[in-house]
Amino acid sequence: MTDHYDIAIIGGGIMGCASALQMAAGGMRPIVLDQGDLGQGASGVNAGTLSLQIKRVKLMPYALRGHHEWEAMGDAVGFRKTGGYTLAFTEREVELLHERQKLKAEAGAPITFVSNNALRAAEPNLTHKVLAASYCPEDGYANSSLTGQYFRGRLQDAVVPYREGCPVTAVARNAQGFELTTAQGSIWATRLLLAAGAWLKPVAAMLGVDLPVNARINTVSVTERMLPLTSTVIGHATGLLTMKQKANGTVLVGGGWQGRGTPQEGRGEVMAETVKPNMALAQFALPALAKARVLRSWTGFEANVPDFYPLAGALPGVEDAFVLGCVRGGYTIGPYIGKLMGDFILGREPDLPLFDPGRDFHED
Amino acid sequence: MTESYDIAVIGAGPAGANAALSAAKHGFRVLLLDEQPAPGGQVWRAKSAAILSAPATPESRAGKALRAAVRDSDVHHQGNTRVWQIERQSAGWDVHTLTDGQTAKVMAKALILSPGAREFVQPIPGWTTPGVIGLAGATALFKRDLLLPGNRTVVSGTGPLVFFVASEIRRLGGQVAAVVTPNTRRDWLGVLPAMRGRPDLLARGALWVADLMLAGVPLLWGHSVTAAQGQGSVSGVSVRKLDRNWEPIGGERGIEADSLCLGHGLIPNVEAAQLAGLPLHLRPELGGWVPEVGADGRTQIDNLFLCGDGAGIRGAAAAEIQGKMAGLNAARHLGADTAGAIAELQQSYARAARFGLAMTKLSQPRSGLSSLTTPDTVVCRCESLKQSDILAEVASGAGSTNAVKSGLRAGMGPCGGKYCQTAIARMIAAAHDRPEGDIPPPTPRPPLRPVPASALAGDFDYNDLPIPKPAPL
Repeated sequence: MTDHYDIAIIGGGIMGCASALQMAAGGMRPIVLDQGDLGQGASGVNAGTLSLQIKRVKLMPYALRGHHEWEAMGDAVGFRKTGGYTLAFTEREVELLHERQKLKAEAGAPITFVSNNALRAAEPNLTHKVLAASYCPEDGYANSSLTGQYFRGRLQDAVVPYREGCPVTAVARNAQGFELTTAQGSIWATRLLLAAGAWLKPVAAMLGVDLPVNARINTVSVTERMLPLTSTVIGHATGLLTMKQKANGTVLVGGGWQGRGTPQEGRGEVMAETVKPNMALAQFALPALAKARVLRSWTGFEANVPDFYPLAGALPGVEDAFVLGCVRGGYTIGPYIGKLMGDFILGREPDLPLFDPGRDFHED
Repeated sequence: MTESYDIAVIGAGPAGANAALSAAKHGFRVLLLDEQPAPGGQVWRAKSAAILSAPATPESRAGKALRAAVRDSDVHHQGNTRVWQIERQSAGWDVHTLTDGQTAKVMAKALILSPGAREFVQPIPGWTTPGVIGLAGATALFKRDLLLPGNRTVVSGTGPLVFFVASEIRRLGGQVAAVVTPNTRRDWLGVLPAMRGRPDLLARGALWVADLMLAGVPLLWGHSVTAAQGQGSVSGVSVRKLDRNWEPIGGERGIEADSLCLGHGLIPNVEAAQLAGLPLHLRPELGGWVPEVGADGRTQIDNLFLCGDGAGIRGAAAAEIQGKMAGLNAARHLGADTAGAIAELQQSYARAARFGLAMTKLSQPRSGLSSLTTPDTVVCRCESLKQSDILAEVASGAGSTNAVKSGLRAGMGPCGGKYCQTAIARMIAAAHDRPEGDIPPPTPRPPLRPVPASALAGDFDYNDLPIPKPAPL
């Protein structure tokens, strides 16, 4: 059978592609299937922030290694290590910032607190209403919209087949493995990796598995090109602002403000009532932003499970099937945890532990 | 304070203004929103306030009548207002506006979209040179400011607009160096039967052509301008003959000019309908990708109506009537008995649409016109991307407008892709040998028009920002 692969990967985002590349390097024959274009889901529409300051404490070792992966990808993904500041404007936020950044520093992120003078010297256009600021020299960003282009090229170079516009509509188990019914015909594979992001729930349901996956609907906005206003990644003690000015002058504003919609309906919708406070917060931090025109706002679905830790391991109850997703900070960590997943499926011991998808989610 | 209306109408051209007037006659509270200061749309655009008097034209008379009708009605007209976001709610619609640098929200039980059309220009070498403007863009100069595009102008493009622009340049005292149109006299003869329903417009068109001929203006049928020359401003254009498919054949000749009006038909403005949740279908005979909408302006969403050129390019006369039907249908949705009045309009709409669609057929580019764009021609003006950049991205595997946009930023500039996406979609389809219907426009993104960050932020107190609880540690 010509269309028989060692593994079929459903979902051509960062995690699916990174896993595929690792498995191909390890001698397997993978195929990547995406319902749309490669990297057009959360992988391609998130704000591109690579900040250790907003990573979960327990995921810090993964995030540190993720940063190295992005640095290695370099210009092809628009990587910039700019350093980043996280700001607190109220006493409560100062407390929150100290409490959180201390734990993150202990977990290995090189986070320090900086004086107001140091902050003003580095970022003269920021508001003077900052009460406290933390700094991490490892922080920066990459250009998420280049994800699809980048992995398309990498898969081509590695001679890994991929199919875009190829939703999987049914999965059947047989003696040889799995038969996938797709919009472009049937595909047979010995193993299966589900890496469908916010669409993991309906994809797993085709195998009779109920994954408790929810989706957040994160909003990102971007301005027209501006003269230089800021040179680092700016965050907020609550995590509700990420802001960076790209090399081309556009300012990208995120922070997880919620739109509406569900992955099942196929699109998320921006809501004026959340874009407005998101931009207000950005403008509060960077008053000169007032003059910038916002050109686009959009949403991306960020998948999670109730404990907000990843799904990375064997799919419970289905032999030879695996699942990878729901990684908080998934853009940062994705390229690394994709490699770990590839190693796991190749039968190697992963460098860091994976996250059992069969665990009790309400334990944490 | 959020204002609340029965019906909000977006766009005050022939379609939207008539929709508003028709609905208001049934006693509903109607808000008519428009970017321009006064109703009239692109086609019946009002004169600048600086112009005290000017000779009347059919367009200025129609516009004046429409503005008077709106003024004398109960419609609340709000000009100088841009709509940047539309959200469907359980009770109706939230329409987010931008006026004088301030955002506001209005609520309405029913929404009528009449967003009109924009111009398509097939990119040619030199089309970004100052002095090159769109055909429809030129009409805006004439109608609002009585301004000419230059001293000596080549007018090139498809459909009736090319003759209207040339004749207006002459009427306003300018010089037309040549009229160049891909259409042939045979093309025009072919649409004569459809034009018989509008003898007034047929006669007007004949007068334009007769005037140009009498004045000795060269009329180049079956030709196109293939390049504009000049550094910093236009110094001349190149012209070539086209084959039946509008592919250039034969040698090139030069025409001296300091300006070029160039246009290849109109494209429905569909972004507002997309944001409101209507899917698009490719209907080349209607000008491109359009939402599905009935002749009477109803859509698959029961409190959403669509009319005018934004529903398919059928021209101003059809837009007026479809606008009335859309307004009456919105009124009907809210309980008025308008079924009879709607039925009465169907026949005149069909007649007007028949004429308009014949003009659209003449105006729509044929596939050979794409070959006017050369590898070095800028396609995405905002990001200065050439055809060769786009084709390289497509060759590397990008098979959708979204993928090209993500990889290259084509369509991520201030125009939001309004200039480039039609040409780019055709390039993708041709390169992958797929039908154009497989390559839809990119995912729509608000705001519909750029909005200053200060307007989004508004006046706020930091402590009032609705900051949700922090992310898990």
